[in-house]
Amino acid sequence: MTTAPAQAGWRFRQPSVIPGFGLTLGFSLAYLTLIILIPLSGLVWRSAALGWTDFWAIVADRRTLNALKISFGTAFIAAAVNVVFGTIVAWVLVRYRFPGRRIADAMVDLPFALPTAVAGIALTTLYAPNGWIGQLLMPLGIKVAYTPLGIVVALVFIGLPFVVRTVQPIMEEIDREVEEAAASLGASRFQIITRVLFPGLAPAIITGFALAFARGVGEYGSVIFIAGNLPFKSEIAPLLIVIRLEEYNYEAATAIAAIMLALSFVMLLVVNLAQTWSRKRYG
Amino acid sequence: MADPEIKSYEPLHESLSAAVTESRPVRWVAMGTAFVFLAVFLLLPLIVVFHEALAKGVGSYAEALASPDTRSAIRLTLLVAAISVPLNVIFGISAAWAIAKFEFKGKAFLTTLIDLPFSVSPVISGLVYVLLFGAQGLLGEWLKAHGIVILFAVPGIVLATVFVTFPFVARELIPLMQEQGNGDEEAALSLGANGWQTFRYVTLPNVKWGLLYGVLLCNARAMGEFGAVSVVSGHIRGLTNTMPLHVEILYNEYNAVGAFAVASLLAGLALVTLVLKTLLEMRYGAEIAATRGH
Amino acid sequence: MEVRVVNVRKEFELFPALHDVSLDIRSGELIALLGPSGSGKTTLLRLIAGLERPTKGAIFFGDEDASQKSIQERNVGFVFQHYALFRHMTVADNIGFGLKVRHGAARPSAQEIRRRASELLDLVQLSGLEKRYPAQLSGGQRQRVALARAMAIEPKVLLLDEPFGALDAQVRRELRRWLREIHDATGHTTVFVTHDQEEALELADRVVVMSQGRIEQVGSADEIYDIPNSPFVYNFVGESSSLPVKVEGGELWIADRPIGLSAPQGAPSGEALLYFRPHDVELLEGCSGCIAGTVAASRRVAGTRRVELEVGGERQRVEIELPVDHPAAQKSRVAFRPRRWKLFPAA
Repeated sequence: MTTAPAQAGWRFRQPSVIPGFGLTLGFSLAYLTLIILIPLSGLVWRSAALGWTDFWAIVADRRTLNALKISFGTAFIAAAVNVVFGTIVAWVLVRYRFPGRRIADAMVDLPFALPTAVAGIALTTLYAPNGWIGQLLMPLGIKVAYTPLGIVVALVFIGLPFVVRTVQPIMEEIDREVEEAAASLGASRFQIITRVLFPGLAPAIITGFALAFARGVGEYGSVIFIAGNLPFKSEIAPLLIVIRLEEYNYEAATAIAAIMLALSFVMLLVVNLAQTWSRKRYG
Repeated sequence: MADPEIKSYEPLHESLSAAVTESRPVRWVAMGTAFVFLAVFLLLPLIVVFHEALAKGVGSYAEALASPDTRSAIRLTLLVAAISVPLNVIFGISAAWAIAKFEFKGKAFLTTLIDLPFSVSPVISGLVYVLLFGAQGLLGEWLKAHGIVILFAVPGIVLATVFVTFPFVARELIPLMQEQGNGDEEAALSLGANGWQTFRYVTLPNVKWGLLYGVLLCNARAMGEFGAVSVVSGHIRGLTNTMPLHVEILYNEYNAVGAFAVASLLAGLALVTLVLKTLLEMRYGAEIAATRGH
Repeated sequence: MEVRVVNVRKEFELFPALHDVSLDIRSGELIALLGPSGSGKTTLLRLIAGLERPTKGAIFFGDEDASQKSIQERNVGFVFQHYALFRHMTVADNIGFGLKVRHGAARPSAQEIRRRASELLDLVQLSGLEKRYPAQLSGGQRQRVALARAMAIEPKVLLLDEPFGALDAQVRRELRRWLREIHDATGHTTVFVTHDQEEALELADRVVVMSQGRIEQVGSADEIYDIPNSPFVYNFVGESSSLPVKVEGGELWIADRPIGLSAPQGAPSGEALLYFRPHDVELLEGCSGCIAGTVAASRRVAGTRRVELEVGGERQRVEIELPVDHPAAQKSRVAFRPRRWKLFPAA
């Protein structure tokens, strides 16, 4: 370790007696660059090499546009469903005591742990016209499997833990005194929830929505089994990438991937702004 | 290690005054909604996997698992996890040490970069390697000339798996090590320990449960990854088929029992992961920090 | 081991935490760094330990320049504010850690380490707790283990950061006496940081009073308390009263009256501030050459009575201490003269 007096002014890092900075940062950066940054910039480079006209022709293709619409649309609906039910699940897990609560709590993480392909074939079997749930819905005229609704079902499954696990810790931190204060001031339970508790939870709910949405847009494994994969109807963008790859149409695959990444980042940016706004507003 | 502060835990319902909980009917409706939702979306899919796997009896279940293609898929999945998990553990520890123990410019940016793979579609994670190593890829010609095979072979599968499981260990360790601060390390150094000894005897024991937690999640994803691996594997039976890919092939061949038999193994892995994860959280909650969820 | 801090300056992100501080610590001395938070006392302690590097200046251990040495080489015993005990190790393993990580011949045998650990546990009066884990100890016991661990490496200097900060009042007082005894028995050069003046004055051979990154005064408890050399020390250590006065013709004046104190040599004429301790006053009957005022408020403080007087035409308030049964407490008018006092330039 060098112990020459540290120079004042701008410096890359603050001095510390803890050793190993150069080694660990160097290794981390090298690994990050090799595994993540070089491959990803390869994608950017390839799509830039396409040129604007070619790029636009691929993206504006009706099949591409439909696939993007389906991916983003179903992911949005699924994330919205998860916001409603995920928040209720989180509330029940945090506030109520009942036998089996621990198991229910642990189960919420199942979509993190269960391989997506397994989830895909299981959901398809359940919602197929002769499946356990599918045959209940059949008489009502609701078809889930092999329709966009099936995609939503798969994405609800995938996205649930994102909402619950983001909202849950914030709910746990709610200061009971705030609720009691509101009650002592005459607020009804409904008013307390909507005016006092919900604003505090809003940033977490928005974050959970964003995470579930982002995951849903890119999801592949659980969707392709249940979706039916009809072009223009139930074909998601990640699947279209795979199809183009199988056709050795690298250009199209690259362009769709690039536009998906760009759209995802824009959406995340918007959500980030919304979050900042609500955090400023509600602390 | 008994922590006296935790013993004074008071069950929540006792402290619930009437003023701060919902009326009984509302509670029942909320709980009913939550239960039905969880049952339909989580429990039923899990049950159906085992139900379908055993639909034609234990005999055909065992037969499906014993087939050579299935066995080679299991071997490949174990091999891929055995390579990619340790790689990401080394990276995770190294990145967490640099980020949690030091203050430097660009730290926040680096932390964001580490999370990047979580916001990329698995299919794109596979695609980037195809663009790099494929026949039309940037390095394709060169690799071909030198006889190096990456794509549609084990190295490609490992790379794609490393990509998607990249953040798990690091993001678990970073907040944990940040929260623990540098006090213990400074104490060890002041007692004469060198850097390696400080890490080995002080830091590592402090984060071991968090590390195990990260490894658990990393492993579950590594063994279960489908999209990214599907793109780079080439689906060569008995050679580049991992378990999730094998599930797909069997399912598309209308071999439901076979598909669900392999799926049941993966579901079993998921259940074991969940149980271990819950046990870790119960037993060492404070030592793995409140960093659940992704 | 004698420790010399020479013109040390420390900046964090361009913010100066210490301005050119110099300090000589004598061998075997027990010295306290006293100051409010942000005064730089902990920074100074960490610089001596080698946990921070000075931006400028040097630190000597004896004749050796320690600034060039890493913390491992400095061989200091550092007791952390929250002890930093390794919670996955038993008490004995914690204490033996510094010996265990040594290399080659310098490393004692496992048996020897165990023996030393239990010896140190005896010293800190925790015999029999070898197998416990830190979580199973009380705050005071953890503090003792932390000290034993620091002493196990036979340090040249013992450094303690707010050693009693996290303990309750009763335990604090006990440990304070105990630390003094240990110091007298072992003779380590010891530096501790505290923001508690009582602790510093009672325990230390010498006290270093710090404020805003500078050393205000260094001295024994008596010197610090009886002859403070700055308004800050007056205010921070013990209670103080101050009055605006005028220096004229070698005399101190309040309004148009001399108060019977002659200005120190070389004090410039004009406005100044007179500082004294509320209890260090002489009560007078008549008033020719004194400070006189009307009692504005009176309150009982433990064994004495504090009265607030309004002095002079501008009704400047000043506090002095009286015996509980002193008749002056009830009088509407009280005259006094500080016994020990000091004059500082008006702010």
